[in-house]
Amino acid sequence: MTAVPTPGGTPAAPTPGSPIVTRPVRPRWRETLGLLARDPTAAIAAVVLLAIIVVAIFDTAFASQGPNEQDIANRLQSPSWSHPFGTDDLGRDILARVILGASVSLKVGFLSVGLALVVGTLVGLLAGFYGRWVDDVLMRIMDMLFAFPAVLLAIAILAIRGPGTSNTVIAIAVVYVPIFARVTRASVLGVREEVYVRASRSVGASDLRLLTRHVLPNAAPPIIVQTSISLAFAVLAEAALSFLGLGTQPPNPSWGLMLAEGNEFINRAWWLAFFPGIAIVVTVLCFNLLGDGLRDVLDPRQRTLMAGGGR
Amino acid sequence: MTATSLPAAEPVLEVDDLRVELRTPRGPAHVVNGLSYTVGPGETVAVVGESGSGKSVSVLALLGLLPARVATVTGRAVLQGEDLLTMSSDRLRQVRGPGAGMVFQDPMTSLNPVLSIGKQLIEGIRAHSDVSKEVARRRAADLLGEVGLPDPERALDRYPHELSGGMRQRVVIAIALSNSPALLIADEATTALDVTVQAQIIDLVERLQADHGTGVIWITHDLGVVAGIADRVLVMYGGRCVEDGTVDDVLEHPAHPYTRGLLGSLPDLAQPLVDGRVPDLTTVPGLPPPPTDLPAGCVFWPRCPVRSDPRCETEQPPLAVLSPGSGGLEHRAATWCESGADR
Amino acid sequence: MVLVGVSLIVFSLIHLVRGDPVRLALGTRYSQETYDALRHRNGLDLPLVQQYVTWVGRALTGDLGVSFRSGGTVTSLIGERLPATLTLAFAAVFLALLIAVPLGTVSALRPRSFIDRFATVISQIGISVPDFWLAIVLILVFAGTLGWLPTGGYVPLTEDPLGWLERLVLPAVATGVVSGSVLTRFVRSSVLEAMGSDHVRTAQAKGLPERQVFTWHVLRNALLPLVTVTGVQLAYLLSGVVVVEIVFSWPGLGQLALQAVRSRDYPVLQGAILLFALVFLVINLLVDLLYSRIDPRIRR
Repeated sequence: MTAVPTPGGTPAAPTPGSPIVTRPVRPRWRETLGLLARDPTAAIAAVVLLAIIVVAIFDTAFASQGPNEQDIANRLQSPSWSHPFGTDDLGRDILARVILGASVSLKVGFLSVGLALVVGTLVGLLAGFYGRWVDDVLMRIMDMLFAFPAVLLAIAILAIRGPGTSNTVIAIAVVYVPIFARVTRASVLGVREEVYVRASRSVGASDLRLLTRHVLPNAAPPIIVQTSISLAFAVLAEAALSFLGLGTQPPNPSWGLMLAEGNEFINRAWWLAFFPGIAIVVTVLCFNLLGDGLRDVLDPRQRTLMAGGGR
Repeated sequence: MTATSLPAAEPVLEVDDLRVELRTPRGPAHVVNGLSYTVGPGETVAVVGESGSGKSVSVLALLGLLPARVATVTGRAVLQGEDLLTMSSDRLRQVRGPGAGMVFQDPMTSLNPVLSIGKQLIEGIRAHSDVSKEVARRRAADLLGEVGLPDPERALDRYPHELSGGMRQRVVIAIALSNSPALLIADEATTALDVTVQAQIIDLVERLQADHGTGVIWITHDLGVVAGIADRVLVMYGGRCVEDGTVDDVLEHPAHPYTRGLLGSLPDLAQPLVDGRVPDLTTVPGLPPPPTDLPAGCVFWPRCPVRSDPRCETEQPPLAVLSPGSGGLEHRAATWCESGADR
Repeated sequence: MVLVGVSLIVFSLIHLVRGDPVRLALGTRYSQETYDALRHRNGLDLPLVQQYVTWVGRALTGDLGVSFRSGGTVTSLIGERLPATLTLAFAAVFLALLIAVPLGTVSALRPRSFIDRFATVISQIGISVPDFWLAIVLILVFAGTLGWLPTGGYVPLTEDPLGWLERLVLPAVATGVVSGSVLTRFVRSSVLEAMGSDHVRTAQAKGLPERQVFTWHVLRNALLPLVTVTGVQLAYLLSGVVVVEIVFSWPGLGQLALQAVRSRDYPVLQGAILLFALVFLVINLLVDLLYSRIDPRIRR
């Protein structure tokens, strides 16, 4: 059994006939930002994300009531001026909890994707750059991890290590390592034989120097795009795991946990489950749109795995 | 200057003042700017020019194969008495095939990879004549034999990827000829093939043309091919005809600086000839003008090494008759140059 | 090769647990005999390498051990749950295709039209919606407010076809929406690509009717790779099934796996995960085989 076929997102072999780049093309930040600004959808997504991140960082400043402050007299209040998103079964303000949930969800998202990014990129670099048995061994291990449905793999890891936020981060990271490894490896294969890399090698540049100066900067665009898309799915995965009671533990509000709590009152108080869900949709949508925008700008050859590949 | 001396018989195709404008993100592109020519029965007209000169677009426009949303085509193109540019899309569909067949540049991509050769031939035959599958299949096998495919009966069940480039191009030619068209348009039909296969394909088209009396428009940038196959030559640059005439007149007495550049007869323009080959078009330095931004004067002025007349910078020289030409065909060129460098 | 790795990973699961899994599962009150019997039955009293060999050997013959909780064999527990999960997965993919093929095709035929923009927005949102949240909203609207459909549960097709269908609709929609969105985008780009290919121009130049050009030269070519993508989606969809099953009380493998996690019933968890991975691999294998049958370029 070989690698799972993923058309449209197959880690493409180096495109034959692509123009030979004679010097490293580094991501040009200013230019990239400029191009992104001209893509209104991606620009709006970036602004909304920035707003969500700011709100998440200064969480308490945005809420009138503490997220864990109970007020039994006002339990299950429908949305009103004093509680725009209503209150839950313990009289806690849903808006305050959604805001605090943002910081939990984003923290898990950034940490897990960050971890997966570092490990996966390293694996992909080594596999792509050294080839031969290094490539074989590393990528076969990645294939094995890839053979498990993502959420199930995360569930299994949490079953071993026990529920909780830090274990959730590890579980999600493990799921995404193979994806980053594949994307990186494909990019590295694409640039490894380019003229300037061979030229540097022929003048005796060390492997480390080659990797950091030439290979990595050129492999970066698809990795950046993949990061944005993976953040979207990491937020979803965190929500799913917390919903199942394996991720973030009460009383801390994560969006997924709030959905699980809201699900019990769904017929009496729809707002309990509705607003955290909207928060997830908006956040994930923005990461996806930003990823699409980045792909158009950075990675016109579409070397990234397709969005669905992340689940 | 529009009058064209007609060949003896009624022309198969008569193109008059053909213009094509494409909508592009960078503004309207004037790709073809007033092209007029005729193709007689059994005659081969070679259209020569670099990529970007508008030659492919000009023939795609004839058959309505440009996307209607971006292309505006004006002028007249009368094929067997009917104007292709004004006819209904349904009538145009009926003309494609029996009226005009087309062979494209890249045989690797111009056949559908997931349909058998037979299916692709038979559907073309049955689109225009009401025959049973069996009859169409027999005709398809005959066609494959005629274009020189070995074991045509079995070839019908094969898929494009099982054939070589040359064989595929034969299949494309068979498809183009399957409804005995009055006109065959070959758009860079041999460019993607290697030299020996090129020669075979050219021989094949010449033989079929002689057998059926088909008129041929042969688009190429290879002057060697032109000398071998054409009766008449039309040199295109910047979407217009800069010189036309019989193959002997144009190749032996080129008048326009561009044509002369192509032929390497201007020593300061052409790179030295290696082993006496007819030079490729790339020997003219510079690039053709972008169709979104054509020069105000002569289209060739920015690259012209002669620039003998001050009017060239602001005015487009009209096509003027240089000589009555051989075989009743005028030799014309759009230039004010004191020509006759080697006359 | 991958299979060996998968079995290794699943096998090590039980040994990565901190502490004695059997003791953890049984809690505080149990007899030494029950403990020994469970350890022995699941081969946990053997040396590690021998354990693995025994485990794989038994797994190959369909014996996945015994549940720590119910004492029933894992194979029979899984066997009871598998049909429900597969039903849901296939229904979801079917639904996804039912939406994706027409919507993606129409979008490609009319780029930048209203319907194209609509499809783009909907599929973008569809990819971003958590399936279990959609499940909750669907229950709220269709089972709660409108009262058209039951909130969950499962009846076998053979017992009550209408009830089966009624209970299948909402979970299938919730599970299928992500795949439907991914497939819509795929169909759109695939049809667009096919429309721009050279052989379509050849077909038009032959004078074929537009409809014939479209079905034989655009759609046929565009939909061939859909087979592979659908297979991959079917495999990924198994992830979504796990969570959606919980919301709809759908008695499938996902529910079983989660119960196993909560009750620390490791042999059952091992079995469920092994089966998911197996289904995933088998689907991919079947898709490869199917594709090589229908694409003449690969067919031998």
